[in-house]
Amino acid sequence: MNGPRPGAEEAGLSAWNDPPGGFHPVSAPDYLPREQLRAVQLQRLQSVVARAYDHVALFRTRMDERGLTPASIASLGDIAQLSFTVKTDLRDTYPFGLFASPMEEIVRLHASSGTTGKPIVVAYTQADLDVWSEVMVRSFAACGVHRGDVVQNAYGYGLFTGGLGAHYGAEALGATVIPISGGNTERQLMVIQDFGVTAICCTPSYFLHLAESAKEMKIDFSKLRVGVFGAEPWSEAMRDRIQQDSGIKAHDIYGLSEIIGPGVGVECAAQHGVHIFEDHFYPEIIDPESGVVLPDGAEGELVLTTLSKQAMPMIRYRTRDITSIIPEACECGRTIRRISRINRRSDDMVIIRGVNVFPSQVETALLRVEGTLPHYQIVLTREKGLDQMEVKVEVTPEVFSDEIRKLEALQHHLESSVENILGLRVKVTLVGPRTLARSEGKAKRVTDLRNV
Amino acid sequence: MKLKQLSLFLENRPGQLRAPLEALGRARIDLLTMTLADTAQFGILRLIVADPERARKVLQDDGMVVNVTEVVPIQVDNRPGGLAAVLASIEEAGLGVEYMYDFAARATPDRAVIIFRFEDPDRALVVLAAAGVRVLTSEELL
Repeated sequence: MNGPRPGAEEAGLSAWNDPPGGFHPVSAPDYLPREQLRAVQLQRLQSVVARAYDHVALFRTRMDERGLTPASIASLGDIAQLSFTVKTDLRDTYPFGLFASPMEEIVRLHASSGTTGKPIVVAYTQADLDVWSEVMVRSFAACGVHRGDVVQNAYGYGLFTGGLGAHYGAEALGATVIPISGGNTERQLMVIQDFGVTAICCTPSYFLHLAESAKEMKIDFSKLRVGVFGAEPWSEAMRDRIQQDSGIKAHDIYGLSEIIGPGVGVECAAQHGVHIFEDHFYPEIIDPESGVVLPDGAEGELVLTTLSKQAMPMIRYRTRDITSIIPEACECGRTIRRISRINRRSDDMVIIRGVNVFPSQVETALLRVEGTLPHYQIVLTREKGLDQMEVKVEVTPEVFSDEIRKLEALQHHLESSVENILGLRVKVTLVGPRTLARSEGKAKRVTDLRNV
Repeated sequence: MKLKQLSLFLENRPGQLRAPLEALGRARIDLLTMTLADTAQFGILRLIVADPERARKVLQDDGMVVNVTEVVPIQVDNRPGGLAAVLASIEEAGLGVEYMYDFAARATPDRAVIIFRFEDPDRALVVLAAAGVRVLTSEELL
């Protein structure tokens, strides 16, 4: 066999196929014409429904109960005949009851943290891992990350899908990956500075903590260009603050273990909604009460069906995330549809004196007040049968004054800002810097002491 | 002349006052005078120390939020009505006072020293000089 043409190695065979910073060919499916995309979706939907029916007792039973067979799916609209899958289905079939592949074909297991009872377990065949890498490469490419970038992956490695999902995606892209995992803020900052990190993956609240510590320790962040932030809901106001303070471009990445992990969707350069990788994950928006499918543009609960998963197909999985599908085309030219920013989950919601409250609303209210950072915690108590909501906010050097009346004015300002958004009286308490617990993963915003 | 005062945010719970004072003690920074303003929820500790820049660094490195403000040390006759006389000059000059406190460590049988936080310390210096109020220098105090 002949060796490579002289010089081909230097030019890099992949160079024509993957120009750093240019259009990455792996993004091509993002731009499929809608008609062809729908054809791919239908073909894959029929195949995944057949696979679920043939290999998973729960799906077969539910379809039989409704008199359905895989042949009932003749169009994409027919998906509405199928039953929803919910989180408790994963718990009830713990650990392996929803697997559609024998263990011989499963190459990876992940599990959720399991804050309530048993964790949920998810499985991948090699083909599933390949799809996961592909959607993560497409995610990074949409964020403008490319070969030559140094990616600090501060998502937790382990059973959590965040760490390994981002890791293999960034590697497949050809970027340089630092598998630092979560935690150890000082080491994170040293590595960002010394290794010239250009892109970082973590939760937005942890990045805020990193940026704040960097300022104190006078760490040079100037090479950092892109943040790929996910795994918790965050607000547009928080993005503005992060971008202003650190000069990076902050992208929202969406995913959940039940579907695949991170990489179900991502924001493009336009930063206006998360593009769902529709050729692998079919999105629907439903009315959370009635279960009826809503048209594009209407707000409701996001329901996802995995179109290509082998080891653990998910049929119409209810995500509990409240959003809407954006009907307009995106300025980036991608044809895969976007969902509007998810800043609330139906299970994050707390009901206070009959009013529905989402932590993201409190975050938005606090950020409206000049100089404040969203290090906050919501504490719910019940006094004389009445719900009380206290918001603890850390004092920053920007807002601290040596005069009592100015701090009291700040407190009232924060209270009325929250009150304006929630329509509820709240008590804001100023607390010392760094007294609220920092999470290295998902931030815990609400402490509910009402039922103790 | 103006003095640099440090102020710190304190939560209203046990142990909050001790931490900053211990940090200054470890750094061997002499505390000249202090006052504590408090509400039901939080307090502000105001300090005059021998080396305010180093003190600020020590406290910030300990994770505290520290403000530096300029205050004016004024000499007051140590006799009944001494402070009232100075306040009369301040009022006539139309100066706004945010707060004030005693610098007892530098009092003598003849004079007392009061720290004033004015709305506009620079204007205060000019106006006080014109009114014949004696403003002390840091050399006289530290």
